[in-house]
Amino acid sequence: MALRIDPDHRRFRDIVRGKIKQDLRKYISQGELIGRKGKDLVSIPLPQINVPRFRFGSRDRGGVGQGAGDVGDSLGKGDPNADGNGKAGDQAGEHALEVELSLEELAQIMGEELQLPRIEPKGKQRIIAQKDRYVGIRRAGPESLRHFKRTFRQALRRQLMTGTYNPERPVIVPVREDRRYRSWRTTPLPQSNAVMLFIMDVSGSMGDEQKEIVRIESFWIDAWLRSQYKGLESRYIIHDAVAKEVDRDTFFRTRESGGTMISSAYKLCAKMIEDDFPPSEWNIYPFHFSDGDNWSVDDTVQCVELLKTHILPKVNLFCYGQVESPYGSGQFIKDLNEHFDEEDNLVVSEIKGKEAIMESIRDFLGKGK
Amino acid sequence: MSSLPPYLSDIQREIEGYGREFGLDFWDVEFEILDYKRMQEVAAFGGFPVRYPHWRFGMEFEHLTKSHIYGFSKIYEMVINNNPAYAYLLEGNSLVDQKMVIAHVLGHVDFFKNNYFFSKTNRRMIDGMANHATRVRRHMERLGIEKVETFIDACLCIENLIDPMSPFIVRKASPEREKERQEQKETQELPRIRAKSYMDKFINPPDYMDEQRRKMERERDRPKKNPPEPERDVLQFMLGNAPLDGWERDVLEIVREEAYYFAPQRQTKILNEGWAAYWHSKIMTERAVKVSEIIDYADHNASVLATAPGQFNPYKIGIELLRDVEERWDKGRFGREWNECQSLDERRTWDKRLGLGRKKIFEVRKLYNDVTFIDEYFTADFCERNKFFSFSVNDRSGNYEIDSREFEKIKHKMLFSLTNFGDPFIFVEDANYENRGELLIRHRHEGTDLQIDQARSTLAALGRIWRRPVNLLTAVEGKQKMFRFDGKEQTEKSLAS
Repeated sequence: MALRIDPDHRRFRDIVRGKIKQDLRKYISQGELIGRKGKDLVSIPLPQINVPRFRFGSRDRGGVGQGAGDVGDSLGKGDPNADGNGKAGDQAGEHALEVELSLEELAQIMGEELQLPRIEPKGKQRIIAQKDRYVGIRRAGPESLRHFKRTFRQALRRQLMTGTYNPERPVIVPVREDRRYRSWRTTPLPQSNAVMLFIMDVSGSMGDEQKEIVRIESFWIDAWLRSQYKGLESRYIIHDAVAKEVDRDTFFRTRESGGTMISSAYKLCAKMIEDDFPPSEWNIYPFHFSDGDNWSVDDTVQCVELLKTHILPKVNLFCYGQVESPYGSGQFIKDLNEHFDEEDNLVVSEIKGKEAIMESIRDFLGKGK
Repeated sequence: MSSLPPYLSDIQREIEGYGREFGLDFWDVEFEILDYKRMQEVAAFGGFPVRYPHWRFGMEFEHLTKSHIYGFSKIYEMVINNNPAYAYLLEGNSLVDQKMVIAHVLGHVDFFKNNYFFSKTNRRMIDGMANHATRVRRHMERLGIEKVETFIDACLCIENLIDPMSPFIVRKASPEREKERQEQKETQELPRIRAKSYMDKFINPPDYMDEQRRKMERERDRPKKNPPEPERDVLQFMLGNAPLDGWERDVLEIVREEAYYFAPQRQTKILNEGWAAYWHSKIMTERAVKVSEIIDYADHNASVLATAPGQFNPYKIGIELLRDVEERWDKGRFGREWNECQSLDERRTWDKRLGLGRKKIFEVRKLYNDVTFIDEYFTADFCERNKFFSFSVNDRSGNYEIDSREFEKIKHKMLFSLTNFGDPFIFVEDANYENRGELLIRHRHEGTDLQIDQARSTLAALGRIWRRPVNLLTAVEGKQKMFRFDGKEQTEKSLAS
């Protein structure tokens, strides 16, 4: 049923998606996006737009409540004001809306701003595109696909058989059973292979917040590319002074500490490519996240060497994201820029905070490589 | 509009009968049954079937729909302050729910009709809203949605800068009075010291008198400050003084009119909901509910009046306070004698059998709003009995914590949050600040700072309407500060206090 409010609702959604009225975007309260629910549903807190007003700074305020409890008892983190109490008579407080979006919807939202990496046709196995072809005729189907000629042919045949066809007055009336519809078959078209290699620095200097940023960013890169290509492979590497391959779950949860030797990760990455993903058959996308605080200059030299000889020639795009840590931003991004200024399959991006995640994804994937 | 099915209109008539019997005085009520989607739509529109196009209704709708689908909340009832009143019932509610809602609605309608603070509202607002919608749509068709909506956004930023009492104040004297006063002024004599005629020349020397006369003339001809007194109704001031295009003026007028229409509902939330809850419970328990329905009724009534630990439910405090007032006036627990009585025992058994309770609460519903209601009837006894507390943020943990059970503190906090809807007081001070046509507004600081980032954005919105630089005078952490927006840049400076 169409509602009068639908246009207003649509407009609100458009604002939230950033399609229109960019100036309102700064009033959208930021939320965190976590987790995948079920198979293809993602639950993200969808923000609310608060029109600015002259208001009191709310932290000073508090309010009045009712119930048991002693002085000093906690009422929880949430704002008990949420339901119009304290400031009785006011509109409901500031909730973030939990909204379920299908992954498809999300991919659509992201796709509006990003371009797909250009995955080259290599190899023959994994990634599968699908194609529908009309190949046959069925007795049931949507009216829009009704096969006019076949339907009438069927009707004629029936009328001939039952003897109701009169050659003098050739009127053919199809009945329900005569109807024929086009039918299609979905054929999988094997296309190309692609692998994402996520590499995360989990050394001591990477705080929880930095890991959180990496987690969110790789989650979205992962989710988005997966929604575009079936059969996409991904592998996860974590490193401090030594690198090891881990499964997806560990990658997102690990807490390690120690020094940082980026070369260890690059070695492992090169080895993985060597062993499992021959570049003649695979599109390879390594994503490396670190705070850029490498242990020594020697190691950095080694990294550059590895990239130059073993990695860059084989991958489609190498993405390096440097997360700003409380100890300031590291040197590594500058080193990379220095050595690989000319290379166009290496992208670096500085991620200053949660707000910069989208920008950084755009840096990585916005190039269509 | 679908009218009520016969079995429900019978119930409506029955319940209205009980209401009249108890002395309620209401307009005709047009009930309509809506399915839940429509219900949420209407609720998002603030109870009206149509509003002007704006995204915030869509946001509200999404909020309501989601919380309905996931079972957080359910809208039982809605009623519009209009003559005749319009109210909505949710399709598929059980009969006992519908009865309860009808009784509850009667309480609201009686309140709308009789409470003083509603007396100046537009009682044909259902048409008013529809007209507003048409007007805004017409502007949008002519100028584009984007442009008009953006201006509405700006107006909404200052929507709360109204003076809820202004409809009741006669600000300008009648024209005759005004003329009379003017004449009086013109013929005003110079003040002179009384003296014998032969001494007059010495006591009131002519030179001096001339100078005085000139001074007075200068005074009279000096341009008057605009506004002459600080103006709280910023919206009205904008309408009268900002250089607005025709359509902008129209939009601002609409926003202002609707703000004033909704203001009394915000002013009387506790009292209004309490009153309605009082009457649904009275009508249901003493008349309308059937034996077989009593469990369901009790269940739903309890959920309406529930207070989660640490929550504040206007229905609950309203009904409890009204009942408390009724009991006190029934038993004569008021006046000097009662206040001065120190004996706990005597107070506990105090009953003068006055039976004035019912009369008293009708008086309260006629003359009070939330602020005056709480101020006058929220007593220490009541506070303790109902386990009120005040809470605030613990800076270390970031949690909300109970910080006091002292009556004085609780009451102060409660009144503070109700006064001016818990919003800061903002006044227009000068429309020609520094003689440059800039606007100066002032925040009357009463101990709580403004939220600065929001204040800046609001100032920018105001600047959009005023079209000249705007200045806000407030205090931050005890220091006088002047914020300024000149159309491009936000600046601030500290003032020596």
